[in-house]
Parts: sequence; structure tokens; C-alpha cells
Amino acid sequence: MDALLRCRGLRKEFGGQVVLDGLDLTVAEHQVVALIGASGSGKSTLLRCVNLLEELHDGTIELDGEEISAPGVDSDWVRRRIGLVFQSYNLFPHLSVLDNVTLAPRRVHRRPRAEAEAHARELLDRVGLADKADAYPDRLSGGQQQRVAIVRALANSPRLLLLDEVTSALDPELVGEVLTMIRDLKADGMTMLLATHEMAFARDVADQVCFLDAGRVVEAGPPEQVFAAPTQPRTRQFLARIIEAGRL
Amino acid sequence: MSTSLHHVPSPAQRARDAYRQRQTVLSVLVAAASTAAVGTLLAVAVTGAPGWERVRQTFLDPEIAREALPRVLTGLWLNVRLLVFCAVAALLLGLLIAILRTLRGPIFFPIRALAASYTYVFRGLPLIIVLYVLTLGTPGLRLQGMPSVLVLGGAALVLTYSGYLAEVFRAGIESVHPSQLAAARSLGLTYRQTVRHVVLPQAVRRVAPPLLNDIVALQKDVGLVALAGPIDAVRAAQIATAQTFNYTPYIVAGVLFVLLAIPLIAVTDRVTLRAARRQSGG
Repeated sequence: MDALLRCRGLRKEFGGQVVLDGLDLTVAEHQVVALIGASGSGKSTLLRCVNLLEELHDGTIELDGEEISAPGVDSDWVRRRIGLVFQSYNLFPHLSVLDNVTLAPRRVHRRPRAEAEAHARELLDRVGLADKADAYPDRLSGGQQQRVAIVRALANSPRLLLLDEVTSALDPELVGEVLTMIRDLKADGMTMLLATHEMAFARDVADQVCFLDAGRVVEAGPPEQVFAAPTQPRTRQFLARIIEAGRL
Repeated sequence: MSTSLHHVPSPAQRARDAYRQRQTVLSVLVAAASTAAVGTLLAVAVTGAPGWERVRQTFLDPEIAREALPRVLTGLWLNVRLLVFCAVAALLLGLLIAILRTLRGPIFFPIRALAASYTYVFRGLPLIIVLYVLTLGTPGLRLQGMPSVLVLGGAALVLTYSGYLAEVFRAGIESVHPSQLAAARSLGLTYRQTVRHVVLPQAVRRVAPPLLNDIVALQKDVGLVALAGPIDAVRAAQIATAQTFNYTPYIVAGVLFVLLAIPLIAVTDRVTLRAARRQSGG
């Protein structure tokens, strides 16, 4: 399998505090990689770095074999190929669902309005939100908003989708509808890198699970191995705490 | 009351509805009675004052009001035209300056610095001084194609008010949460597209009430161009007063100004209310 995304030795500091500390990570095409780990272990920062929303302090990122972290690379052009979905949805409150979804296709890809809207309606229909196309985000439930946010990222037809704890802000009964959508995306062959606190979901959907601790990938492997037979003491510690909290 | 079509309210709900209705009627009656009482007291206090007759003659003479009205109205037409022009120009210039202040990158440093000093200078300078400098000072340069005093006065108003409006716009721009910018950038929008399609629409909506408030203030200040010669409503009233030794024309002008302000203030109130409801309604 070809590596779609390859991170080497990523380093990121915030005010002297090291958040990513020489992190290495590879995501193959059509693969789903789940990032697990305690809050502050660097999961979100990693996703934001891959999307070039944060400046790196060392290391390189390659997308399709091209170094996107090189100086002078047009970051807008890179972001058009990488979708990012946020924990707090971040829909544009002044735009209808349809306009949220068509903003990038129309402004970035210069598609005609009719074409962009037809495509957006098709995507919304596929996730059961066709009737919400003209609604504003504040009229939607959290689960619906997050599904719109995912559709908005998909409308760019990205090569890679980054999901940053997309169910953390949702009520428990709304988590399922978002997870189902991600499972369907995997079936369609979408390459995804996702940070999550939903261990059962990570075990279920991920091809590869990476346990992050203090800005490094401490343990990586297929979910059966990482969850059932972790080799690193820190992974065992983390999983034990999760089990104690009844989250696995 | 707010029950669905086929729902038959219980006796408890019917009792509640009846009670609420009684309370509504009662509060309307109380409001009417207290308004009438206060109004009567005020009327008695004013008309019963020892000097009332004299004041009525010098401030509220219907005959003089009728005579002065056409001239004051002509002056007011100048205020209205100047207001429309200055409001549009000041809003556009203010928005432009606010955007210039948010430009990033070292190459824009001089522009940012200029925009910042603009808001400092023109919010600090008294409007009257700007007016005098532009209307009386610049014609002294005897340049070719110098615009009329009216245009120069309008320019002074635009310069001063756009300084205030720029700061209101900037507050709106800064109130848009960084996560909105991150969302827009993650979709591949450039910084400029992000400002144009994501930041500005939200910012302008949010600061619409204070912007309109400044326009209400501008409505009165446009009359200051009269200091340089053009005859606005207040100056027209002053001339009429000087001819008749009666202050009634001022009252006429005042009433007209309030009437002119009412629609704008009503719009401001409605926009403010809607913004507040949006914020709390979620």
C-alpha cells in the first residue's frame, strides 16, 4: 500500500511546552487510522499541523509523496485536498446548510452555483439531511450539525479526511448517527485520520490504532493488538484507566 | 393558549389562562391611569407657572411657526441630503479602514500604521476644528477645481465619523471566533476569501446596532456645516428667530429633527432586539 500521508519527526511547541516531540506517523490510502491518548497528548495538534493550520517547529509532512511542509508551498492549495472536521462543528452561523456546504466548491473550486448545489444536495441526501438544506445551523441538533460539517469537508472531494474528536461535544444518543456516517465513509474507501475518545468505535472502525503520549506515537498496530495485548506499559496504564471509567 | 389544535385544556390550565388574561387587562388599566395622572400633573405644573403666558408667546406661537416652516423645511432638506451622502460614505470608509487594520504580513505594516493613526487622529480631533480647517482652510490654497463648501463640510463629517465607525467595525471583526477562521481556512479558502465570506458578514451583523446608533448621532451633526455658510434647518430657524425676535422657529426645527430621527431609531431598536434574541435564542 502507498503512503498517502507520511509524518516524520514532527515537533511543535506552545510557549516552551513541547506538544509534539518527534512524532512519526504513516497513513496508507483507504486506511482509517485512529489516534487515541489522554487529553493533551497531542492528537488535535497533530491534526491541525497536518492541515497546516499550525506552524511546525521541526519535521516534515508528505501528502501523496509531496512535501507539504516545505517552505513556499501554497497552504491553501494543500488544504483543498485535506478535509478537517472540528470537535465543535464550526459551521458558519450566517449561512444556510446548503451555503455552508457549497462555499468552498464555489469560491475555491470556482464551480457554478447550480452544479455545486446539486452536488451538495446529493451529499446531504446520502446522509439523510436533504430536508435541512435551507435551514440555518442553529436550528439543527448537534449530531445534525456535525454531519453537515462532515459533508462540508467532503464537498471538496478531499484525498484525506481529518476528524478531531467529532463526537466529543455530542449528547450520547446523537453520537451514533455521526459514527454511522464515518463507518459509511470507510466503506466508500475514504482515507481518514481521526482523534477519538470512543475506544469501542476506534476498535471497530480503525485499521490502525496509534496511542499518543507526550507528543509521540508510543504504540501503533491493528486495534485487536493495541487494545487486547498492548506491549507498552503506558498504553496499558491508559487503557486500564479507560476501562475503570467504563468507556471500553 | 399555546396548545395544539385538538388539545382540550384541563381545568387547571383554563384557570391559569383566565388568571393571566385578568392580569393583562389589569396592567393595561394601571398603565393608562398612571400615564394620565403624570400627564395632568405636568400640564398643570407647566401651564400654571407664573411665566407661562410669556413663554408660550415666545416659544409656541402658531402663527410664527407656520411662517417659519417652509424655510426650516428647506434647510432640513439639506440635512437629509447631506446625511444620506455622509452616512453611506462614512460607513464605506470606516469599513475600509477597519479591514486595512486587520491586514497581515510585514508588507502591509505602513498601511496598518496609517489606518491606526487615522482612527486616533479623527476620533481625537473635535469635529468643529476639522470642519473649519476643511471649509475655511483648504479653499485658501486656491487650487484648481476646489469643491464647494458644502462638499468640503460633508468631507469633514465623513472623515470624523468614519474614524468612529472603523473602530465599531473592528470590534465586530475581532468578535468573530478564531475557530470560524480555522474552519474557513481548512476548506482551502484564502485569507481574503475568509474575510469576505466568513468574517465580515458575521462581524457586520453583530455590530449593526452600534453602527446605526452612530448614524443617529451623525443625523444631528450634519447641521454643523452651517458654521461654514450653507443654511441647514437650525440655521434657517436661527435666521427666522432673528427676524421676529421669537424662538418658535427653533421649536419647529427641533420637532422636525425628532420626526426625522424616529424611523432611524425604530430601525436601530428593532435590529438591536433581533441581535439580542439571536444571541440568547441560540
